[in-house]
Formats: sequence, C-alpha cells, structure tokens
Amino acid sequence: MTAGQKGASRRDAPSPISSLIWRVVALAVIDAFAITFGYALYSGGLTIAAAALALVTFAINVVFLVDRLYPLRWISPGIFLLVLMVVYPVLYTVYIAFTDYSGQHILSKQQVVDQLESRFYTPEGSASLQWRAYRSDSGDFLIWLTDPDGNRFLGDPASGITTVDPNDPRSGPLDPADNLPTTIDGYRKLTRAESVRYLTSLSGLLITGDIDGQPAQLHILSLDRAEIGLQRYTYDASRDVVVDHQAGTEYHPEGGFFVASDGSRAPAPGFVDFIGLDNFRRVLTDPRLSSAFLGVFTWTVVFAAGSVILCFALGLALALVFNDKRLPLNGVFRTLAIIPYTVPGFISALIWVGLLNPTFGPVNSFLRDTFGLNPQWFADGTLAKVAIFMINTWLGYPYMLIVTLGALQSIPSDLYEAAEIDGASAVQRFRRITFPLLLIAITPLLIGSFAFNFNNFTLIELVTQGGPSVPGSITPAGQTDILISYSYRLAFAAGKGNDYAFAATISIFIFAIIAAITLVNFRLSRRVENLI
Amino acid sequence: MATLRRSAERTRRRQIGVRTRRRISMGVKILIAILAAVYALVPIIFVVSAALNPLNTVSAASLIPPRVTLDHFTQLFNDPFHPWPVWIMNSFTVSAITSVIVVALCALAAYSFSRFRFRGRRLGLISLVIIQLFPNLLAIVALFLLLQAIGEAIPASLDIPGIGSIPLPRLGLNSLGGLILIYIGGALGFNTWLMKAYFDTVPFDLDESARVDGASHFQAFRYVILPLVRPILAVIAILTFIGTYSDFLLARVMLSDSSSYTLAVGMTLFIQGEFNRQWGVFAAGAVVGALPIMATFLVLQRQLIGGLSSGGVKG
Repeated sequence: MTAGQKGASRRDAPSPISSLIWRVVALAVIDAFAITFGYALYSGGLTIAAAALALVTFAINVVFLVDRLYPLRWISPGIFLLVLMVVYPVLYTVYIAFTDYSGQHILSKQQVVDQLESRFYTPEGSASLQWRAYRSDSGDFLIWLTDPDGNRFLGDPASGITTVDPNDPRSGPLDPADNLPTTIDGYRKLTRAESVRYLTSLSGLLITGDIDGQPAQLHILSLDRAEIGLQRYTYDASRDVVVDHQAGTEYHPEGGFFVASDGSRAPAPGFVDFIGLDNFRRVLTDPRLSSAFLGVFTWTVVFAAGSVILCFALGLALALVFNDKRLPLNGVFRTLAIIPYTVPGFISALIWVGLLNPTFGPVNSFLRDTFGLNPQWFADGTLAKVAIFMINTWLGYPYMLIVTLGALQSIPSDLYEAAEIDGASAVQRFRRITFPLLLIAITPLLIGSFAFNFNNFTLIELVTQGGPSVPGSITPAGQTDILISYSYRLAFAAGKGNDYAFAATISIFIFAIIAAITLVNFRLSRRVENLI
Repeated sequence: MATLRRSAERTRRRQIGVRTRRRISMGVKILIAILAAVYALVPIIFVVSAALNPLNTVSAASLIPPRVTLDHFTQLFNDPFHPWPVWIMNSFTVSAITSVIVVALCALAAYSFSRFRFRGRRLGLISLVIIQLFPNLLAIVALFLLLQAIGEAIPASLDIPGIGSIPLPRLGLNSLGGLILIYIGGALGFNTWLMKAYFDTVPFDLDESARVDGASHFQAFRYVILPLVRPILAVIAILTFIGTYSDFLLARVMLSDSSSYTLAVGMTLFIQGEFNRQWGVFAAGAVVGALPIMATFLVLQRQLIGGLSSGGVKG
C-alpha cells in the first residue's frame, strides 16, 4: 500500500453544515414519501412489504446521517437494488423449490382459510323472514326483519343484526298499513316500488351478525323473503383443521389442500405448502421425470460444449488466416467475418428460422434443387439439433475469432524464431507453441462461453421452442430443451402448468452448475485475488 | 567446381519450392478468407434483399430483387397488429435508462470501494463476487412473483392530503419500469467489479491532491476521477445497452401486452403463423432493428473488444 492509499483511508473531517442541511431536507422528503406509501401498503394488508420499506428507509436515514458510514453512502443505492433484484429473488427461488407453489397452489394457507370462512349455509328448517328496507339520504340502507314468530331484527351493514322494538326511541311514527316505523334514525322506509328499484344493491348488502355464537349472514332472496345463513366453515387453529358445520366433517391440511377423511377436498383452491426435498426427490427418482431431466441435462451439456468446440475451431482457423499480416485486404476480411457477432442474437436466430423454413426457406430450396433433399429441420429431433448447432456456430464463431486473434498476437515471436532455427515444421510449431499458449490465455473465455451457452435461452426458444416434443411425456420437456428453457416451460408455457416450484427446482440445479463453473473460472483467471 | 554448382542449384530449387509453397499457402488463405466472408454475409444479404424485394418470399430464386421497393418499411410503421415502432422505442428506452443508471450506480460504488478503507469493505467485495455466481435471470420464477407483488402493492397514484395526487411509476408485471429494475440489478455486480479494477489504476495521488486543495469527495470524484475513467464508462454503457437490447428471456416472461413488448419479444410475433407472408416486413424490421447495434460495434470495435475479452459475453 502506498502513502497515497494510506492517506485516503484517513477518517474524514466532519461534514460542513450546508451538506447536513441538504441531507436532512432530502431525507425528510424521502421519509415523507416512505411514510405515506408505507401506510398505503399497511392498510392494504401488505404488512411484510410495509415492514421491508420501513427497514430500508431507516437504513437510508442512518447511512446518510452517521458520518462514520460515509463510504456506504456511495454504495447504498447499488446495494438496495442488488438485494431487491438479485439476492432476494435467488433466495426466494430456493424457498419456492422447497414448496409446492404452482397454479393449483397459489394462495397462502390463511387466504384459503379466509375463503372458506366467507361461505355461509342456511340450516335446514330455518325460517324465512319478511323484510323491509330503509334508506338514508346519503344512500345507506337498513333492513327491518320479521320472523314467523313475530320477532323483529334490524340489519345494519355497519353494526350487524340486532333485535329491535317498534317503539325504539329512534323510530318515527308507525305506519298503520304494516305497523312498521316510517323512519328510523333518519332512514326512510322504502315503498315496495322503491325496493324493487334498489333490489340489486339491497341483495348485495353484506350484513353479518352472530347467532348463538356462530357468525351469521343475511341473504335477501326475493322481494318478500330473506334468510339468515350461518358460517359454514371455521378454522380451528389449535388442532389445525377446518370444520364444516353443515356436513359435520373435518378437513385436515394435506399436500397443500384441505382434505376430509374420505379423501374429498374442501371447496377451495390449494395453498402453498412447505414440502421439503420432495421436488428434488421427484427430479432424481421418479422414473418418468428423472429420465426427462437426464435427457435435458445431457443435451444442455452437449449443446454448450459442442457450441464452444465448433465456434472455437472455426474461430481459431480463421484467426490463423487473419493473423498473417501479408494477407491482402486483411482488415476488410476481418471486419466482414465478425459481422454475425454484431447482429443482436434474437434477430439472427429469427433470420435463421426463416432461412431454414422447410417450405419457403432458401436453404431447403437449394438442397431440393441440387440434391433432391428436403430436410424437415424442426420436426425431427436430430435434425433440430443439427440446425441449432449450425445456427449457433454462425452466431458464435466471431467472438472466438476476436479473442483468439488477440491471444495469437500476444504470443512472443522469438519463440517461433527459436523453433524455426531448431527445424520445427509449421505443424509442430502450431502443436507445440501456438496451441498450448493460446489455450492458457483463452481457457477462461471458453469456460465463460460454455456458461453462456448453458443458459442460451434466446437461441433455443426462438429456433425450436424446445421442440419437437417427446411423445407420451408427462412433463413439457422437448427434445431440444436445455435446462433453462425447460424451467421456463414448466413455469410459464401456456396450457402446460405454472409449476413454479418444479421450475425453481430446475433453476437450483442450474445455479449449482453455473456457480461451480464461475468459481473455477475465477480461480483460473485469478481475477478475484488480485482485486480485493 | 561441379559439386559447388550442384549445391547452388539445389539451394535455388529449394528456394523455388519454398516460394511456391508460400504462394500456395497464401492462395489457400485468401480462399478461406473469401469463404468466411461469404459465410458471414449470405444470411444477411438474404434478409436485406427480402426487405427490399416486393415479392415478399424467402426463396433463393429471388435473391436479387427484380426491383427495389421500400413498401415493407412503410408497412412496418403502419401495421396495427404489430406495433413495431412502439417495440423499438420500448427497447431503446429500456436499454438507455438501464445503461445510464448502471453506469452511475457502478461508478459511485466503484469509487467508494477503490478510494475508501472502511469496515465491511472486504466483505462487500467478496459479496459482489458471490453474487456474480448467481445470475438473477435464473431466478425468473421469483422475479416474476416479485414484480407481481410489487404491482399489487404500488397504487397508480399517491394521494397526499393538501398536495394532491402524485402519479407513481408502474413497476409491476407488464411494465417497462419493473423490467428496468431487474436489468439494473443483474448488471450491477459484474460491472462494479470491472469499474473498481479500472479505478484502481488511476493514481491515488490525483484525487488526494484535489482533496488537499479543498475539494470535497464528490468534487474529486466528479472533476478528477470521472474524466480519467471515461473509456471504461463508455464501454460499460455500450455493452450494458447492447446486452439489455438483446435480452429475450426476462422481457418474454415479464411483458404480456403487445404494446409493452420490447423488440426481442415483439419480433417473434412475425414468425408465428403465416411466416411466409410476413417475411418481407420481418426482414425490414430485422434490418432496422439490427443496424444501430451493428454500427456501434463496427465503429467502436477496438474499444469494445477489450471489454469483451475481460469476460462479457454478448447475448
């Protein structure tokens, strides 16, 4: 460490007042926003999000007010985005892989319980009630109910169902026609005609109450009839069961559903359940899945390694040609040769899909005219793989050409002079000098390219969409699917699933492989040790 | 005398042999170079020709257009089912914003890691390495669910009593804002590293002396360091732009509405269904969509290659 570096580590003098005022004002604005927004989140029921926001805001305040944390002020925006968009999603992927999160299991257990608890039933033999509606000037309603025994209740969306007496002090004068008050507390009794007009809003009213300790709900059935329904399901947290009061059965949580002892399910969607290593076990031991996974995995490795080898072979051959300074128009040829690399990958892939179109494509019309062949590139698994290699070689060889050319030029020329004096032939010089030195220089780049192709979703998805499909397979893996496109298909392909958990499980395998590859590469290129 | 003459004759013959062999080898090299150029260019020539060819076919028979027309380009800008101008605008907006923010955030972080010595610095640098082991595009499922949750959490606008309602940016699913946040997060780790390494090569004495002269850290950063690291800023900006422009996976998963598509997602619509009838328009779109990137690459070849050989692989 030089003197200059040591100087830079000196603790900084307290910041001037102007900077402090600046920061306090900025923080006040940020905090005001965070509080308003956080409150909106909290009242919207997103408590965890609100807590996370509060935590982040607090951290920002600390970092920008404590002078000792000055260096962190420069990093904090980046850290925030890294945590939100990289660290959290990666950890969440791991979590999902241990659950049964999918299109069928998408709600939390609490949400499913809430859905069940919002269902009501009418007990058998329960009486139907007569009702009349009252309306306030602001458009609120009250419902007056009379049961066959003459008991009266008042239903209020705000306060529930209560018994009521016609001589209640809030009531206005009685209407001689039906013996009901004409007004209650400023609410005016509606005529039958008015009730008809408001019937839709009236039957949409949510009036709940409590009958013998059981939650109940008022249903307006017709202009003359209403009923009080009882809550059908309640969740007993102490025993972790859902009780069905109508049928008298109990549902136990099992495999992400509430299931009765006879195997029937409660009428609600499944919930996300923690299932431990089941997904991993399925991938590796369920024969129908493991053979598909093994197939995809093998093809991923073959595809990535094959692409690197083909691109490197072609790139190296051309680099040897272009490395000759005496080649006329060297610069022009070189520029033309790297043009495929300058086209965005998705455009090249789509262009090749057109060129290889079996009916209209120029490749097939050429093959038809000259050899009488008409290969169906995307209908046959082997041909599709050949097509993918052809396309990826065209896409990838210029990168290899560029980096190999750079590496060739850095090999010291006195090595060749010495070899020539010793009488080495051109082939010997290539095999003993050029190739070994080249490999040392570009192995990290070859590995990087392998990792890139390992996840080359763009190419596979645009060229074959993983197809052709495997007949009779229970999982959406096609014959040219690589791990990442398989994972994508599990999670997002239309009509094939939304199996998020299984997709996340496949992602974990990719993570493990890519992390290992990258780690090896850091080692090889010694990029990391030198920099910390 | 005779022996001498014979020996001279042999040397001459060998020289002729070497010269012929050299000539043959050069001939082979030229042939390879020409074949390489043809190989590289033929698919591109096909597309350019299809874009200009009124016949609108992919077939080899019409490689040289009977007459040149710009109809496909006009169609490209007036197709109600394929809002191509919207797509390319979206691509440029997303890539430009991502690139600018990535460069800004990385430069700030790199300055701090390079110039300050503080507790947690080593841990921070190691964390950056570990984060690079886990590219966030592999966490697509989690990112999808995260954007879904963010979209549900953020209201369209914030009503503050007394001030009025402030529209909030859309960051959920199917929004460019959410996609940009993902791209930025994914690009930060690697580029902070790259930039920190470059910052380390700028002599510490330069900003130290600015500090002695009374400059604040921010002034030293802004007026001393930034001008000196401009090359790496440009390289990272351009490579991030191109990488974002070329992304297909994240855009495919996060965007569901044709009017919010980026070019990579939108262009796939051309190859679905009646590809042959769309071929001319698709080709026109491919030419215009690829040109800016191709031009940038070819003009800045030398500068960009340095960045590429340090490990960035273009999509």
